[in-house]
Amino acid sequence: MNFSELFKLSGLLGRFSPDGKCLASCVQYRLVVRDASTLQILQLYTCLDQIQYIEWSSDSLFILCAMYKRGVVQVWSLEQPDWHCKIDEGSAGLVASCWSPDGRHILNTTEFHLRITVWSLCTKSVSYIKYPKACQQGIAFTKDGRYMAVAERRDCKDFVSIFVCSDWQLLRHFDTETQDLFGIEWAPNGCVLAAWDTCLEYKILLYSLDGRLLSTYRAYEWSLGIKSIAWSPSSQFLAIGSYDEKVRILNHVTWKKITEFEHPATVVSSKTIVYKEVEKSPSVETERLSFPPTRALASSLFSTQSKYDVSQVPVSLQHIKPVADRANPKMGIGMLAFSPDNCFLATKNDNIPNAVWIWDIQKLKLFVVLEQLCAVQSFQWDPRQPRLAVCTGNSKVYLWSPAGCVSVQVPMEGDFQIVSLAWHCSGDSVALLSKDNFCVCYLEREEVK
Amino acid sequence: MGDWKTITVPVLSSDSKNIFHYTSEKKISPPSMNSQVLRLALPSSKSMHSFFSAFCTEENIEQSISYLNRELTTLGFPSIYAESKGQELNLISIINCMNELLVLQHKNLRAQEEVEMQHLKLGSDMDHLQNCYAKLKEQLELSKREIVGLQERDRQLQSKNRNLHQLLKNEKDEVQKLQNIISSRATQYNHDMKRKEREYNKLKERLHQLVMNKKDKKIAMEVLNYVGRADGKRGAWRTDKTEARNEEEMYKVLLSDYEQRQKQLLVENAELKKVLQQMKKEIILLLPPQKQKPKERSEDGPVLSDLEEDIGELNKENMWELSCETVREQLTNSIRKQWRMLKNHVEKLDNQVSRVHSGALNEKDVISREDHELETEKLELEIQQCKEMIKTQQQLLQQQLMSPCDDDTTLLLQDCYLLEERERLQEEWRLFREQKKNFEKERRSFTEAAIRLGLERKAFEEDRGTWLKQQFLSMSTDYKHSENVTTPSAFLGSCDQDNQLVKSTSQRKPPCMLSGPVSAEPCQTSQYITRNSAASKKPAGDSKPNQCVESDKEETE
Repeated sequence: MNFSELFKLSGLLGRFSPDGKCLASCVQYRLVVRDASTLQILQLYTCLDQIQYIEWSSDSLFILCAMYKRGVVQVWSLEQPDWHCKIDEGSAGLVASCWSPDGRHILNTTEFHLRITVWSLCTKSVSYIKYPKACQQGIAFTKDGRYMAVAERRDCKDFVSIFVCSDWQLLRHFDTETQDLFGIEWAPNGCVLAAWDTCLEYKILLYSLDGRLLSTYRAYEWSLGIKSIAWSPSSQFLAIGSYDEKVRILNHVTWKKITEFEHPATVVSSKTIVYKEVEKSPSVETERLSFPPTRALASSLFSTQSKYDVSQVPVSLQHIKPVADRANPKMGIGMLAFSPDNCFLATKNDNIPNAVWIWDIQKLKLFVVLEQLCAVQSFQWDPRQPRLAVCTGNSKVYLWSPAGCVSVQVPMEGDFQIVSLAWHCSGDSVALLSKDNFCVCYLEREEVK
Repeated sequence: MGDWKTITVPVLSSDSKNIFHYTSEKKISPPSMNSQVLRLALPSSKSMHSFFSAFCTEENIEQSISYLNRELTTLGFPSIYAESKGQELNLISIINCMNELLVLQHKNLRAQEEVEMQHLKLGSDMDHLQNCYAKLKEQLELSKREIVGLQERDRQLQSKNRNLHQLLKNEKDEVQKLQNIISSRATQYNHDMKRKEREYNKLKERLHQLVMNKKDKKIAMEVLNYVGRADGKRGAWRTDKTEARNEEEMYKVLLSDYEQRQKQLLVENAELKKVLQQMKKEIILLLPPQKQKPKERSEDGPVLSDLEEDIGELNKENMWELSCETVREQLTNSIRKQWRMLKNHVEKLDNQVSRVHSGALNEKDVISREDHELETEKLELEIQQCKEMIKTQQQLLQQQLMSPCDDDTTLLLQDCYLLEERERLQEEWRLFREQKKNFEKERRSFTEAAIRLGLERKAFEEDRGTWLKQQFLSMSTDYKHSENVTTPSAFLGSCDQDNQLVKSTSQRKPPCMLSGPVSAEPCQTSQYITRNSAASKKPAGDSKPNQCVESDKEETE
């Protein structure tokens, strides 16, 4: 495992290109494009204002940089560094911006979600989508990029419009039986759209591509409902994480619940492996000590190494009860992700913030629990194999695979608190992002033993 | 009578009353007699005297005698008077009466003792019973008190239970009430939210109008040049045709997804059906081929025939493809029936085994013993055969070992054989050693040849270089014939040399190449030592080819 040096970053905007050749990162108002393997700077672009959001186009030829304060989106080309494009929303304002799947249209959401403007880079045409819904996931593209679903709200009712991305023609427009639509997501096979309600109401609706309601699922009433959902890569399963600390899995044949995963504070099942991160005190060789101590030595002295120990079940995990009178409490299943081979599901219960739960989907049982020393910030699956990278806000990156798990200290001087991760599309490297810096970790094949 | 006078009958003055009581109350029932008896102590001799004297004195002898007679006759004794007339006393009857009276007295005393004993016993029994009664009464009291206590507790618990039920009901009612409150609040909030949202929408519309009205020139896109489409095609207008095409595409996508899913399901179905069929076949195999009891046969007869029919039908290839209800039902039903049969069979076997353990069933023993015996017989036969074989082998071995000592001819023969073998071995050794030497020589020669080849190649290159130079020079000085004449010879000479060198190099190559004159050493190396050691001294040019040919011939041999 090799680590690159630290580079500056702002806004956690570090992204690999979809083809895996480049890595784009933002430093204030500058966009730096580096080569993915050597991290040499290939291009440097300067934008008008501090960049809030960047996105690669699907063919990795363009990058858009959105500056919400100025209401401006600038698009840069990698093939022709001289090419430039600036979209100014002016007084309409800008709250969100994204690419269309063909990489030639930009969808800007204006302030107050007044409308979504579709700007074309190929023609002079502009399209408008009215009444978009101001929710977390209001726009969803199918994986093959053919269709786009937009959540809308008119007259206090929720609707979903399905557009054909090739010519932006409205294909279907139907209303949803939700109180307050919170999000929509396509299944990876592009034939089913999941729409779920706000957390006050546990309701998830499944629509077919042609707008027919396939099924509705409600687990319970009154308590806080759905917090997060995830489709399995084969579209066979839909995992729903809710505020009652449970994950419910629906199957694609009957759209009924096939199992429930509970996240109790005490793990009792004897077939579960619990990896607990423990600190091991650093060993200092007294011959090497010198005065004044070198920086590397100082940092290595003060950084604590850690390793994983297998704990014997039953294990009780640190459980926190959130304050009852605040909105959006830190409870329930906040993070859900399926592994790319469809065999594992990683979840995080916000009531037990230090643990990552990994479920075996083939057996529908809890497989592994990773107990960390600090709260888990984020985890991401390797896009090629069942390997999970976890970061907890310190300078260590944790990797788990069915063969075992390892905790690696990033050999950096100073403070490097990793809060986000981004895998390279080949699974050979992962970018570790902190508030001010980032570094890239290169993994060898057969790394985790 | 005179005798009577001498007998002094002691009468107890103090007991006179008693006596009178006794005599007058002789006929009274025994219980009163008991009390009387108790009180009656055995009088002392003195009191006896006084007692006796109190009844009869000298004055009233006649009266006492007549009184006694009267009493005795009333008791059933014979009279003590002789002939009932006069005063003569019948002594014998008196003695008899006395004896009778004594006997009676003894009997009475014994009866009295018995009665006393019984009385004592009864008294102790009574005491015992009274004690028991007292104890039981105590216990009864205790249990009564306990019962009362338990009843009290039971009552308390029941009242507690009722209270808890009541509480539960209250809680449930409260929960229901709260839920109702929540739902009503939720509807109220929704209503309020909708109202606020409508207001918000109005604001948004107004804002939108304002923004649009401003015709903000700033809302524009500046781009250096328009980029081509990702797929390289030109953009198209949106028409009805495109709409229809889009719809078609969408339905195609959906249909392909459904078809894929259906294919998967069909594959799964086929696999499961195969598994079921296999299971069915295996179950049929597992079931015993003969039914021992006719009852079963009658039960399973129709089933078996059905099964056979089923098997016949469902084993046909066509049936795999059919997925209609009836075929599916048939398959599952037949498997269920067979499974039940198998279960029954296994249960029966279990019962039989348990019975065997208890030692009741003989049939099984007999069967097993028979098998056992057969097996043992077989094993014994095998053992016999093996033993015989061992014996014969031992004999043969002995013969082998013993025969050399006995027979000279065989010894000689053996010696001959050994000698022959030894000679053959020696021959082979010799050949082997020769070959080894030859191989080593060849290896050495090859290495030397390689070295020489290298050197010669270098020399050849140099010569070629000079030759080319000379050629060039000759070309440049083409006009001068003399040089031309000389150069060829020079070339020839050098050519000869070259040829020699070339041939020598070719000689180094595999021996199959025949070539001209060459130095002596190379030929040597390609010859076998055993045959032509003399040839090494004759490096004559003409004989070379022959030698080489010979060597080649040798090598081909």
